[in-house]
Amino acid sequence: MPDKFKIEKLSFYFKDKRVINSLDLSIRANEILSVLGPANSGITTLLRTLNRLCDTDHDVRIEGDILMDGKSIFAPDISVTELRRKVGMVFEVPTPLPLSIFDNIAYGLRVGGRIGKKEAAERVEYALRTAALWDEVKDRQHIPAMSLSGGQQQRMCIARVIAMDPQVILIDRSCSGLDPISTAKIEESLSQLKERFTIILAPHNVQQAIRVSDRVAFMLMGSLVEEGTGEKVFGDPDDRRTSDYITGRFG
Amino acid sequence: MKISARTSEKIAKTLIWTAAVFVLAVLMFIILYILVKGLPVINWGFLTQVPRSMGREGGVSSTIVGTLMVTSVAVLIAAPFGIGTAFYLAEYTKGGFITRVIRFSAESLAGIPSIVYGLFGFIFFVIYLDLGWSVLSGGLTLAFMILPTIIRTSEEAIRSVPKIYREVSFSLSATKTQTIFKVVLPSALRGIANGIILSIGRCIAETAAVMLTAGSALRMSRSLFDPTRTMAVHFYILAVEGISMENAYGTAALLIIIIFLINVVANTLVNRFVR
Repeated sequence: MPDKFKIEKLSFYFKDKRVINSLDLSIRANEILSVLGPANSGITTLLRTLNRLCDTDHDVRIEGDILMDGKSIFAPDISVTELRRKVGMVFEVPTPLPLSIFDNIAYGLRVGGRIGKKEAAERVEYALRTAALWDEVKDRQHIPAMSLSGGQQQRMCIARVIAMDPQVILIDRSCSGLDPISTAKIEESLSQLKERFTIILAPHNVQQAIRVSDRVAFMLMGSLVEEGTGEKVFGDPDDRRTSDYITGRFG
Repeated sequence: MKISARTSEKIAKTLIWTAAVFVLAVLMFIILYILVKGLPVINWGFLTQVPRSMGREGGVSSTIVGTLMVTSVAVLIAAPFGIGTAFYLAEYTKGGFITRVIRFSAESLAGIPSIVYGLFGFIFFVIYLDLGWSVLSGGLTLAFMILPTIIRTSEEAIRSVPKIYREVSFSLSATKTQTIFKVVLPSALRGIANGIILSIGRCIAETAAVMLTAGSALRMSRSLFDPTRTMAVHFYILAVEGISMENAYGTAALLIIIIFLINVVANTLVNRFVR
């Protein structure tokens, strides 16, 4: 498999505080990579850098480089909106925009340019089916998205990203605060998504990381500690800090 | 002397309750007094005829038209500039020198008495730009007067839109402009509308600044360049010059009703079109 992303010596500073420390990591196409670690490990920042959402933050300085399909995402001729269309993001907290379900999912399509009603409807249906939400909302797509339950809102947020037909989906601890059934539904749709998308996931616990991912990366205080298959990293870790984390000494 | 928690709770409740009832009573008294004195004067002729013999006889139709014209000009000019400035302050600056100057100017403008706006309007619009006493001079002057209110209320409304909405919109590949028009503006619209409704009220109620800039002509104005007399100015003159207290009360009652109607209509529109 070719590399989708190649992160080279990436350091991220917020004001003078270093949040990510000279990170090297490759992400292969069509794999599910879980990046996990305790709070303040720089994982959210890493995800926000991959779609350059960090551009909206103030006092930020970035060193190193991120290559997507071999080309730097910081290159001056890169269109940020085009990058974000290719690299979709699901936030930690389910965040419907104050619009209907349909308009939420069609949002990414519409801002990208003119799109016919029929095509929009088809792509919304496809996205809802892929996110395992279609059966629950097919007859009420025009109600406010806020009226969905938390688990449904999060699947809607996944559908909203799928509708853009991205290449990569970043998912930030999206199952925290959800009930086990909603979590199971989301994990189920993840394994289907893998065939079409590269997925970078911040799982909400070690079990989830092992269940859903092809590879895991363990981060601590902005540095990559180790990476490999879930069984390897968490079953027989090379680094003491990893085993400390699993056995609950911190995090 | 020690007061038990329960007693102090009771005393506090009574004081707060008394304050609220007192305020309500004063307000109701003023409104009812004017309505009782003024409503008997209001009839079809009062609404449709222009004032005759300085307002002693006839109606107030030309002043209703004058009020609506001056207020419309003021709001139509101030709203786009005010909302635009608010978006600039809330979305496009990080708090640099220019931002501070704009915000300081707006806040200073908000504290200036309306008669000063009137004097400025008289010197600048009426005399220097030679617009004369006219609907346009009056409207422009009031536009300056309400601009700070619109800027401040709009900026607050825009800032209260959660940051995460903007991030979600950006992450779905929207540009900044798309984010503002599709997400931020709709969410802030209710607060912006409240600021505009407040400003409409101030325009309708203004006397000094309007008298100096729009004049006090009793004729029906037919264009933006005609002088006019607003309702507030009309009953001010009626009362101060002892022309007709009945008609002054009638005009005041009508003004209260119109402000009430504008509030109801505006709120209905906002509820209808804003989620």
